[in-house]
Amino acid sequence: MTIETPARPTPASTPQPTRSRTVPLRREGPAKLTGTALYTDDMVFPGAWYGATIRSTDAHATLLAIELDPAFAWDRVVVVTADDIPGTNVVMSIAADQPILVPVGGEIRHHAEPVALLAAPDRDTLREARRRVTLRTQPLPPVFDPLASDVMFAHYELGRGDVDAALAAADRVIEGTYRVGHQEQLYIENNAMIALSREDGGITVHGSLQCPYYVHRALIAGMALDDAHVQVIQAETGGGFGGKEEYPSMIALHAALLARRTGKPVRMIYDRHEDLSATTKRHPAVIRHRTGLTRDGRIVAQDIDLVLDGGAYTTLTPVVLSRATIHAGGPYDVANVRIRSRAVATNTPPNGAFRGFGAPQAEFAAEMQVNRAAHALGMSPLEIRRRNVYRPGGVTPTRQVLGADVAGLEVLERAADASDFERTLARTAADRAARPPSARTARGIGLALAWHGAGFTGSGEEKMGSVASLELTGDGRIRILTASTEMGQGTKTIFPQLVAGELEIDIDEVELAPQDTSFVPDSGPTVASRTAMVVGGLLIHAARRLKADVEGRTGRPFGLSWRDDAEDHGPTRIDETFLPYPDRHFDDETYTGDAYPSFGWAAAVAEVEVDLDTAEVAVLSVVAADDVGRVIHPVLCEGQVEGGTLQAVGYATIEEIKLLDGRYLNDRLATYIIPTSLDAPRLETILVEAPFTDAPHGAKGVGELPMDVGAPAVVAAIHDAVGAWVHDLPATPERILAALGGIEPPGPPGVSAVSPVRE
Amino acid sequence: MTTHLVVNGSAFESDAPGMRRLLDVLREDLGLTGTKEGCGEGECGACTVLLDGEPVLSCLVPVCQVQGAEVRTVEALAPASGGLNVLQQAFLETGGAQCGICTPGMLMAGEAFLASGADPTDKAIREAIAGNLCRCTGYTKIIDAIRLAAERGA
Amino acid sequence: MPVEPQSVSPASLREAYQQLAEQPHRPVAGGTDLLVQLTSELGVPPDRVINLWRLDELRGIGMRGDAVELGALTTYTDIRRSPICREHLPALVDAAATIGAAQIQNRGTLGGNAMNASPAGDTLPVLLALDAVLVLGAAGGEREIPAASFWPAYRRTAARPDELLVRVRIPLGAGREQRFRKVGTRRAQAISKVVVAAAWRGTETWQDVRIALGSVAATPVRVREAEAALEGQPRTLRSVDASVEALGAAIKPIDDVRSTAAYRREAARRVVHRLLADSLTAS
Repeated sequence: MTIETPARPTPASTPQPTRSRTVPLRREGPAKLTGTALYTDDMVFPGAWYGATIRSTDAHATLLAIELDPAFAWDRVVVVTADDIPGTNVVMSIAADQPILVPVGGEIRHHAEPVALLAAPDRDTLREARRRVTLRTQPLPPVFDPLASDVMFAHYELGRGDVDAALAAADRVIEGTYRVGHQEQLYIENNAMIALSREDGGITVHGSLQCPYYVHRALIAGMALDDAHVQVIQAETGGGFGGKEEYPSMIALHAALLARRTGKPVRMIYDRHEDLSATTKRHPAVIRHRTGLTRDGRIVAQDIDLVLDGGAYTTLTPVVLSRATIHAGGPYDVANVRIRSRAVATNTPPNGAFRGFGAPQAEFAAEMQVNRAAHALGMSPLEIRRRNVYRPGGVTPTRQVLGADVAGLEVLERAADASDFERTLARTAADRAARPPSARTARGIGLALAWHGAGFTGSGEEKMGSVASLELTGDGRIRILTASTEMGQGTKTIFPQLVAGELEIDIDEVELAPQDTSFVPDSGPTVASRTAMVVGGLLIHAARRLKADVEGRTGRPFGLSWRDDAEDHGPTRIDETFLPYPDRHFDDETYTGDAYPSFGWAAAVAEVEVDLDTAEVAVLSVVAADDVGRVIHPVLCEGQVEGGTLQAVGYATIEEIKLLDGRYLNDRLATYIIPTSLDAPRLETILVEAPFTDAPHGAKGVGELPMDVGAPAVVAAIHDAVGAWVHDLPATPERILAALGGIEPPGPPGVSAVSPVRE
Repeated sequence: MTTHLVVNGSAFESDAPGMRRLLDVLREDLGLTGTKEGCGEGECGACTVLLDGEPVLSCLVPVCQVQGAEVRTVEALAPASGGLNVLQQAFLETGGAQCGICTPGMLMAGEAFLASGADPTDKAIREAIAGNLCRCTGYTKIIDAIRLAAERGA
Repeated sequence: MPVEPQSVSPASLREAYQQLAEQPHRPVAGGTDLLVQLTSELGVPPDRVINLWRLDELRGIGMRGDAVELGALTTYTDIRRSPICREHLPALVDAAATIGAAQIQNRGTLGGNAMNASPAGDTLPVLLALDAVLVLGAAGGEREIPAASFWPAYRRTAARPDELLVRVRIPLGAGREQRFRKVGTRRAQAISKVVVAAAWRGTETWQDVRIALGSVAATPVRVREAEAALEGQPRTLRSVDASVEALGAAIKPIDDVRSTAAYRREAARRVVHRLLADSLTAS
């Protein structure tokens, strides 16, 4: 792994992190490695009951009745329906359209929608009880094709210049339609919650989650409680990737309702089948491009139409759409752009957050266009990108003027260099020309480039007003207090590292309080690649203030005097609230201005080998170059790039969800396929630093960036190998053979098939 | 029926019904929650334990089939004196554990590989852990850890 | 925690036969199919399970005359490690290596694969291609069923409810070639989209041809039309082309969650073609 910092002036106030490999070891690593870390299902609550969810089997229907078999002894089971919800029957999110439980007389809008809850003291009773509940429904006609849906969650239009004139005048126009299907986050720990009903009438939940305060807000509304009577405690969480951003609110509400009714702790631990069937997935999309170019490869016009399938309810869809829209043109400086986007409803389970959050879909299409254009013009995929990638001062579709920290060209060149791209491309071309008809395999190389706006879009961060705190306790301990969660990405290691770095003390002296809403402030959700950038920044500011306070009182360096200060002065608490980055303005009405305070940049080069008999694709290697602003912890940072890249490889090749009558057919781990160690490529990571100068450490975030760029690189490599463009993801062997003209193509990804009607 | 087995070096008598999964005996009857359930279908490997030295999926082993057997779980790896064993330490240094949920199973598969004495090539290690899914790491640092442990004479 | 049916753990085959004769019991070998069904609540759970794991009479790999005999409890790891299998049954070793990964291979059994009778069972086309004989036992004695008759319908076997699969006998023959390929959904832990096993004798002409496929029908099948197109014919590319043509017309795969009928047909054609054509240049 190499870290490259392009030559540019760095502000004196930016701390220089250590460049060696002697970085702190993962703080909670030993607990995870010895099996002592407690994930939700590891926690024991004596006397706990077990909860289960009764879900609809219709995709669209009126709920007529919930029928309990009278032959079953229901006295040992608690049943909760919508009537039992003390607060509002809504899972609080952006909109208020998703019920916690569908009420009788209400509308079922997707398969696996929650209708009733059961709790029992043992699992045999619970299992039997589940079989004794029948939902009586009146089916309604479902809508499965997003292009046929007339229910819109959100829409955007961005543009500048004169797209139609520019297209008319262009030397070449490349058109393409690209379709991407669902993708499941597939955290290896299923969603899980344990709720306890407290004597004071409140609720405590322990759970697998990314955003404690999202759950907190949802419980307040659904359980008609106030702030002080809801406590959310994050347990060790076995992966999230966005799949535990909003869904935990739903399962927490369910567990809480049962806990309230039973008076017992209630365990709602999903099995894999329930998690796959019912929880949120990456939004499928249909994206149409018309790209105008000059004959020497400059992009002069982009006309883009993007449709996201939101599933049955709003959840986070408008924000996903917003990011997809802003990124839809790819990282290219184009004077004439029109991006029209909409997110629509279908009768499928609601889609939600997954690493990249709209950008992977949009940038897959954008990069396919650029690669196809390069091919059509007989140009190198590398050269066409050199000619068009943003430079500092470039203007985005929201009319944002990019600052000095633009690293698109650097990541491009670093990835191309490290992968020997041009030479390998020449070799694969020569091999292709000389290939005999009986050849068994074909190799190819492909390149892609992406950008990813750092943090929340527009005024999102300002509206949230996140807080992170630092306290020096009366007994001389230094504690970080934030709601930012650890789910493997390294929060619990880099936060103490940043604070200890500022205070110039040993990292082991800095504690991190548990993510428990009863004593940590709302630092905002652990999403959007904002944790290191925004919350880490808050902690650096807080540490500086603490240091100044203590040194001001003691007259000695913090590192030598903090315990004395605690004893003499008593505790100190610093609450640092997010203040907007200077000179950034975004207009929510016109959707113009500084969409993001900064952008990260990523390039990937993939090499594949395609079996010419079966069209199976082996992704041999991926070189990933990612600009993260500033590398805080190289091992953790690489880990994000490697993990995100493999998820993108899976997205490109084997992760597929087929639907029938609005139900996911890939609803078990035997059928939802993610890469094993034998499917995973050799990964080479190059970390580039173009610091975000308005953050005290220069970090821009890394979690999502690698997800934006892996899939189009793989699909370009497949084209290089076999000469066929696959426009749909995943580029399965079935789709590759079809693109080669060998067989009929499978159905479009992400759209449910419908059972034939029997007369 | 009573099943007599040895778990992490200690004799244990289980009165669980014969078809109880070894995974449930470990987690619930013995309180050894280090071994995880990721799928219950034998696909993810998070429940991997060593049964008479061989890696198996404890979610697929009924307790009636471990009569007289030796079971080792992640809890057996760390030295009694504290700290981490060679493989665990290697994982910690290379970054082989992120969210940690696949880690116990991955460690057991890794331990079995190291015990086999096979040459720690990239290919051999990948085959040894092909039954253990990881969603966080991309496998690279896990493979690095197993190789590092082999080099350190684990 | 899934349902936990009652179970018995007989210490001997005779005891097992007795228990089976008294009441219906669902056998459990390595557990890699049954435990999945119980946890995933696929189908009606059995009332009673009979645990075969103590029955050493069902273990062992050995030569018996001109045949290899494998006990029903032979695991995939046993097959991969067995010198007898490596020498005489390379197609079976290849198949065992494609099943699951290390953990599944340590527990999954040949007998379990046969009795589970999945159309995608990876060893089953090999058993068909090698003319395996499956030996069933019960209190009343043993009987032998050729592989070609063992899987009469979707997920059904020729076994009676009181019978256990005891061993599999695979006749050897001088000069027999055998090939295997599985096309899975990924490189490990994969259910097949198409699985192929082929065997033949002869250098100048194709003799005793067997072409068996899984995942293209309700059961594993020998594709007689493809075999007939080769039988007695000279070993040339032309005969291979004819066989594959017949294969493509004969099989009726379906669309399912894993793949499409069109892909299965095309992949089966190409894989069989490659396996057969490769043997021409080798000889």
